[in-house]
Amino acid sequence: MLTTQNTEQQETLTPAIDLRKINKSFGPVHANKDVDLVVTKGSIHGIIGENGAGKSTLMSILYGFYEADSGEILVNGKQASITSSKDAINAGIGMVHQHFMLIETFSVLENVMLGAESSSSLKKSKISARAELARLSQEFGLAVDPDAIVGDLAVGLQQRVEILKSLYRGADILILDEPTGVLTPQEVKQLFDILNALRERGVSVMLITHKLQEILEITDQVTVMRAGTMVASRQTSQTTKEELAELMVGRKVLLEVDKSPAAPKEVLLEAHNLTIKDFAGITRLDNVSLEVKAGEILGIAGVSGNGQTELLDVLSGILPVQQGSITLSGVTIDASNVLNAKDFRHLSLGHVAEDRHKQGMVTDFSARECSIMGFQDEPEFNGAILMDNNAVTEHCIKLMDEFDVRPNNPHLKAANFSGGNQQKLCIAREMDRKPSVLLVGQPTRGVDIGAIEFIHQQIVQLRDAGNAVLVVSVELEEVMSLCDRIIVMFEGRIVGEMAASDADAQTLGLLMGNAGEPNTTEGGAT
Amino acid sequence: MSNKTLPVWIDVGVIPLINVCLAFFVSGLIILLIGESPLEAVQYIITGAFGYDEGIGYTLYYTTNFIFTGLAVSVAFHAGLFNIGGEGQAYIGGLGVGLMCMSLDSFMPWWALFPFAIAAGAAFGAAWAFIPAYLQAYRGSHVVITTIMFNFIASALMVYLLVNVLIEPGSMAPQTRSIMAAATLPSMQELFAVIGIDIANSPLNISIFLALICCVLVWLLLWHTRLGYAIRMIGFNDNAAVYSGINTRRVIVITMCISGAMSAMVGINEVMGAQERVLLDFVAGAGFTGIAVALMGRNHPIGIVIASLLFGALYQGGAELSFEVPTITRDLVVVIQGLVILFCGALSLMIKPSVEKLFLKLYSKKETTNV
Repeated sequence: MLTTQNTEQQETLTPAIDLRKINKSFGPVHANKDVDLVVTKGSIHGIIGENGAGKSTLMSILYGFYEADSGEILVNGKQASITSSKDAINAGIGMVHQHFMLIETFSVLENVMLGAESSSSLKKSKISARAELARLSQEFGLAVDPDAIVGDLAVGLQQRVEILKSLYRGADILILDEPTGVLTPQEVKQLFDILNALRERGVSVMLITHKLQEILEITDQVTVMRAGTMVASRQTSQTTKEELAELMVGRKVLLEVDKSPAAPKEVLLEAHNLTIKDFAGITRLDNVSLEVKAGEILGIAGVSGNGQTELLDVLSGILPVQQGSITLSGVTIDASNVLNAKDFRHLSLGHVAEDRHKQGMVTDFSARECSIMGFQDEPEFNGAILMDNNAVTEHCIKLMDEFDVRPNNPHLKAANFSGGNQQKLCIAREMDRKPSVLLVGQPTRGVDIGAIEFIHQQIVQLRDAGNAVLVVSVELEEVMSLCDRIIVMFEGRIVGEMAASDADAQTLGLLMGNAGEPNTTEGGAT
Repeated sequence: MSNKTLPVWIDVGVIPLINVCLAFFVSGLIILLIGESPLEAVQYIITGAFGYDEGIGYTLYYTTNFIFTGLAVSVAFHAGLFNIGGEGQAYIGGLGVGLMCMSLDSFMPWWALFPFAIAAGAAFGAAWAFIPAYLQAYRGSHVVITTIMFNFIASALMVYLLVNVLIEPGSMAPQTRSIMAAATLPSMQELFAVIGIDIANSPLNISIFLALICCVLVWLLLWHTRLGYAIRMIGFNDNAAVYSGINTRRVIVITMCISGAMSAMVGINEVMGAQERVLLDFVAGAGFTGIAVALMGRNHPIGIVIASLLFGALYQGGAELSFEVPTITRDLVVVIQGLVILFCGALSLMIKPSVEKLFLKLYSKKETTNV
């Protein structure tokens, strides 16, 4: 087995993965252009790039989802023809997807051996799989209870099961696609410990991410992709965040949010004891009270799925108030006075949805149709009977100009814009009427770095104009740098509040896992 | 990955055309199998449907029905609702038309009665669609199931009414009395006679103009009104509709009622136009054919007109074919129609990937030569 202390020495060995001149086009879109990539055996190799830079396409080619138009793939020095994920697994490549491919109602053991049973007798397979799983857990320090039901496990543990699945199939090359998106900072640390352990035992890891911090923390080499091409490869120790960001975007970018201290004034949005139960009767929002003041940005931090979505939905009129009340622009909304999302907008509330594909826009609509969502009944867009389509188009062009949405074609289908431009259009729409309260869910999810900067500036400007902003984000760094005050949510409750200036990742992370100590969220982990 | 690069004309033009050709090809094989000449059969269908003016009349008369039911299905489809109840809604709608005509035909001529008949038919059809719509929107019963059930209820109800209540006294046939001649819609031969052109008799009447007007109205509704905006948004993404403050339940109910009213216009064509009375099963499957028409016409009024014309021609030409070639029975004609539905509806996406690949290949070649 190899140990990786000296990367210089590794260069002389056969690389684990050697991609040569990979090309892949989807119609006129050249997703991968002459991509060369060398991954050293027993190293952690970061691949970084903006959305649409071609990272996922490249990994999909390596894992057999797509076939390259041209180019060669060498695995451990041998030419490999990978046309299906089965080929990839046989070549020793394992992949942990961003969204786990697990069967939640099966046990860990069953998930691990699924499709790789050693015998046609289930009982025999289980016995041998159990022994193998114990060995792997031991060797790589991946402790998981083999009989636990996967659906009951914390996200971090489910990810371990995914990694074990790959190792069980004999993978010595592991691809991790955005593995930290759903983890708390403590879980991220544990994942990195695992990755280090894998590296020490000679497993090569490819880490796809857009988080610069992670690249610097864990990888040995990093490759930057932009617009389908490899723009640079660096030894991680010899590069900086700023350099990587610049390589990704192709120009200098501001990583910190540039803003003056907040000057909070009167309360513009108030929630009193909001409780929301879902259709199954499970409490999603538990007695939440908060206020957002004029001239401040309130951030809601938390691991996704801890009530933030329900909070945004109830504060914007998508979910009716069940218990408690909301005060907005002097109007009280409660169970006896239910208003819909349009009514909330009339009370000067803007709402940038957390998930623009699910709520914030209709990807099958044209940009112009998306540009009036929520305002479709406003007189300026309507004649006596028919809609004033010209006014809608003009409105869309105006928004596109103001927020630099590209391409500035109002008739283009929303789906054909990049994530950043879709988000800019959504934010432009919601900010257009200068709402006194703006709710923003995941302001920069799936948005490239260049657009992040712009979006943050716009939010700060709205605050400085004396409006209240509430931001929900799972990106801790974003919450800390963009917001003035931070509330942490866990299982539908508010578990902590602090000024952003007092916050650090460690404290917030502990609150997000609702723990005084790290590890207590880890169910049967030891 | 990105399958949105295809231009519209391929999606709505080339692909349906290939599908139809495939259906005809397979039909041809079947005809070959029973020992007849496929080319001869095609010839009979085409001359039967378009070869002489009576044939054209029948073709367009069927087309009229299919436009109405095709529009009905597509309006609901834009809201993500699969209205399979066009048959029942047309049936009950025709009852409304018949009742209105029979109560007023001794007082007014057809042109004065026309708006009342349309209103009554629309109201009956909409009412028949309202119940499934309400159950879908407020109780979560799936509209596919309930509308199918309502077809059977409509059928049973009409048998009861025609046999027991509305039957013409002294008649043996389960049908109402005839509507007075002055109150029925002018047929095309009457219309042409006015301008001095003599054409053969056919059931074709001025309802076809109503059908074309409905196409324009549906187009305006879907793409030029707030309601249409809401309908389409619900169809694509109902979460986004709630986010936009749209009352999705109300819109679902309204959409289904519009759809039902549109189906009911078959009653105008049949009861006030062609049959001049309400009789058993006058809808004759037009409600179901509307589903195929809407699918094939890509839920766009222009596509629906074209698809209706195709199905109208198949109905008329098919009847001609089974008459001319005795070994090709009426059932085989239904098989051909079924194949068209199969290829254009159920398998409509089957050839899309290959067409896409081919197009992109040609397209990128063009690109590179341009560069």
